[in-house]
Amino acid sequence: MATSAPVLPKLIGERVKRREDPRLIQGRGTYVDDLKVTGMRHIAFKRCDIAHGTITKIDTSAAEKMDGVEAVFTGADIAKILAPMPIGTPFPSPPHHAVAVDVVRYAGEPVAVVVASDRYTARDAADAIVVSYDPLPVVIDPEAAMEGKPGIIHKDFPNNLAVALVPSGTGVAPDFSKIDNTAVDKAFADAEVVISQRMVNHRLVPNAMEPRGVLAHWEPGKETMTIWSSTQNPHILKTMIAAMNGLGQHQVRAIAPEVGGGFGAKINIYAEEYVCSVVSKKLGMPIKWIEDRSEAFVATTHGRDIIGYIDIAARQDGKVLGLKMRLIADIGAYNMLLTAAIPTLTMLMANGTYDIPAIRTTLTEVFTNKTPTDAYRGAGRPEATYFVERAMDMLARELNMDPAELRRKNFIKPNQFPYQTQMGAVYDSGDYERALDVALKAANWNGLKAERDKARKEGRLVGLGLAFYVEVCGLGPSSSLPTGGWEHGQVTVERDGRITATTGASPHGQGNETTFAQMLADQFSVPFEHVTILHGDTGIVKQGIGTFGSRSQAVAGTALHLAGTKVKKKMAQFAAAMLEASEDDIVFENGTISVKGAPAKGKTFAEIAGYAYVPVPLPPGMEPGLSDEAFFEPANNTYPFGCHISMLEIDKETGEPKLLKLVAVDDAGNLINPLIVEGQIHGGLAQGIGQAMVEEAVYNEDGQLMTGSFMDYAIPRATDFPRFELSATVTPTPCNPFGAKGVGEAGTLGSTPCIVSAAVDALSPFGVKHIDMMLRPEKLWRIIQGGRA
Amino acid sequence: MIQVAITVNGKVRKAHVEPRTLLVHFLREHLNLTGTHVGCDTSQCGACTVLIDGRSAKSCTIFAVQADGSSVTTIEGLAPEGQLHPLQQGFWEEHGLQCGYCTPGMIMSAANLLQDNPSPSEQQIREGIAGNFCRCTGYQHIVNAIQHAAKHGGGKAVR
Repeated sequence: MATSAPVLPKLIGERVKRREDPRLIQGRGTYVDDLKVTGMRHIAFKRCDIAHGTITKIDTSAAEKMDGVEAVFTGADIAKILAPMPIGTPFPSPPHHAVAVDVVRYAGEPVAVVVASDRYTARDAADAIVVSYDPLPVVIDPEAAMEGKPGIIHKDFPNNLAVALVPSGTGVAPDFSKIDNTAVDKAFADAEVVISQRMVNHRLVPNAMEPRGVLAHWEPGKETMTIWSSTQNPHILKTMIAAMNGLGQHQVRAIAPEVGGGFGAKINIYAEEYVCSVVSKKLGMPIKWIEDRSEAFVATTHGRDIIGYIDIAARQDGKVLGLKMRLIADIGAYNMLLTAAIPTLTMLMANGTYDIPAIRTTLTEVFTNKTPTDAYRGAGRPEATYFVERAMDMLARELNMDPAELRRKNFIKPNQFPYQTQMGAVYDSGDYERALDVALKAANWNGLKAERDKARKEGRLVGLGLAFYVEVCGLGPSSSLPTGGWEHGQVTVERDGRITATTGASPHGQGNETTFAQMLADQFSVPFEHVTILHGDTGIVKQGIGTFGSRSQAVAGTALHLAGTKVKKKMAQFAAAMLEASEDDIVFENGTISVKGAPAKGKTFAEIAGYAYVPVPLPPGMEPGLSDEAFFEPANNTYPFGCHISMLEIDKETGEPKLLKLVAVDDAGNLINPLIVEGQIHGGLAQGIGQAMVEEAVYNEDGQLMTGSFMDYAIPRATDFPRFELSATVTPTPCNPFGAKGVGEAGTLGSTPCIVSAAVDALSPFGVKHIDMMLRPEKLWRIIQGGRA
Repeated sequence: MIQVAITVNGKVRKAHVEPRTLLVHFLREHLNLTGTHVGCDTSQCGACTVLIDGRSAKSCTIFAVQADGSSVTTIEGLAPEGQLHPLQQGFWEEHGLQCGYCTPGMIMSAANLLQDNPSPSEQQIREGIAGNFCRCTGYQHIVNAIQHAAKHGGGKAVR
């Protein structure tokens, strides 16, 4: 009996400390590199050091003779046991061998594999392999590449076109069978102002702090493969490893242990994962590979890299009439799992938060001799936001309008939701003007303008930037994802009343163990400590898709809630039988289960749980036990939004930009844990600001990544940021019972255009209308010098 | 192979290592102290930060033989068993970590910072951890965590 049970606080919406943290702050997390299996050998990859060439000879003799070397495989050897790697998009794709067989197409592509007793020996042996190449023309500039210059990378893809000119928007039939330009042409013909600008959303290197790692263990006796990998989606890994090893799904167990960040770059299923698995199977030994950072720079997918030719047509009063975006995506040397799909999200989100009557986008994806691109935090949406927001800013400047007022004039209005965009999206809910007002107030916009004007009078180069964003999150209906778009949850009330739940969303820093426990603790009215969330192991988590597209809460959280609803109902039935009451009168409260109006006669949660497992007597028509599962397929994506405002100063003498202020208002719908949400926003902001101000993947004309280590590629440091100022509005989504939209990527969207617009504002005395990211001091210094001249 | 004797978290550890064995690999592979992480190969990221004779150092840039005879503290030895150091508590209270990979190194750098300056300003904290990369948090909650620790005796000497 539990008449004096303490009142449990509601946890949804509370800043609950993370339950992941105690192990991580004590160095007790287990990442892939922390694992050892008896008999384990280490693999090292020999990677090509040229960007494009034909392999003429591979001499592995010195490597093979080294003490401790177990085996050496060339690309031809691997090709006998591993087919070319599949992709996850419906676009045509050239064959992509995990280890190059005859031609190498980017610097860093694997050409041979060494298996040795330890990692030092494996690396020594890889270094001892000598490869000769006949160089081929190196294709670096995507716009030259589209004309076949200076060469062709894949023989069946003329002019290096991976995806050729997909049109979308107003007047384009959904199946592309008909393209009617009337509306778009009319918008531009009627325009009083047209702004046209080429913009580059440049290439980035994701750089999760934990490099990738794999441990593959084929057990010949059981005929099973266990693969540990630093991945965002173990269930997809399981599916792919099974398929590529000729195994059934039942023979593969994939485990994402502690994963040290992903940011989209750990979605793809990589050559190293496939190679470790087939080599383990071939040799009958556990095989481990841990990526070096310098290796990660070339071997892990890059992000962004889209050129946009943007035209925006408007009336003098600021009403936008039409928008054109011609997009050219430099996808690097090969299609990876989602590569081709990422820039299509840029098209999808082209109009941002604006009600623009006529839009045309086209997309061309181009092969170059660079590391392939794939998802990186935001994945296509930051690019769209950057293009449309920079265009809006340029328009405001041209019309001499306040950038906030121009946006207000063109927003989709609250009564227009759900809003069908010209691009085919259906925005679920939104109140953009409210978020704008909150942001203007939080930043003291008019005060900032006065401050800027005062600084300008003093001769300082200070600028303000404002950007709005809308994101597509909570991915998504299965029609939009080749993996399926659902998520899976299982909830078990154990015999002792503790709750164990599994989720297919495999986190890598998002804190799902905490937020999902908050949800279930509230749902069952039990203490937070009594709920355990398991994830990341396909041997424990029956089904799942993974963590990406800011989907964990909206999709996986909902699946768990639905599974919990089923279990709770059954538990209520057991309680009704035990308490001789109607199921409808059963109340779950503060760790007890009782009949409405008679709390003193209730039972503890654990007592009812125990009864369900030893049901004497078994209520008629019932099965014992308390465990159930749910798949949740969302009917639509969610569309969170927000407004970012920045103030930036550029040093007149050195051109160095300094971010003075960043105000972010984000509307992610209802929040489960605001503390975790703030952390997600901070992290997204840091990566967006990083792109705008310090990060850039730079290739030279030989196809060498010049920013190929932390010596050369600037990861933002603590000293690079001011204290971020966060506010929120709450516009719930109707797409799930929590009204939660998703927040993991949001910070990367508004930050880049808002910072570049601030830099342009700061340099406006020099007549500057646009500056491409990143804001390298030299670039800004030259503008200042040119301006002075 | 060369014999080394290194005091790690208060206990003398003797081992035969290759001259080229990095201290971080000695800690991780020989002693199974896997709390110290490797995040880069150019000594930039600070994930491998430990204390050597009380001063923070990047253990990926030091050979085990160079640490012979010295005293090393890793994240596992920062606080007595069953207790949290004020920095660990601060990181937990203030959500100073997400994926957790940079966290041990970040905490060890912060330990050095607070030993030198028990009440640092925000700017001093940001400068003090500028040798440690975090890709998840944007550093703001890390700054909060170190401020929290500073208020709760985080500057006290570790072993």
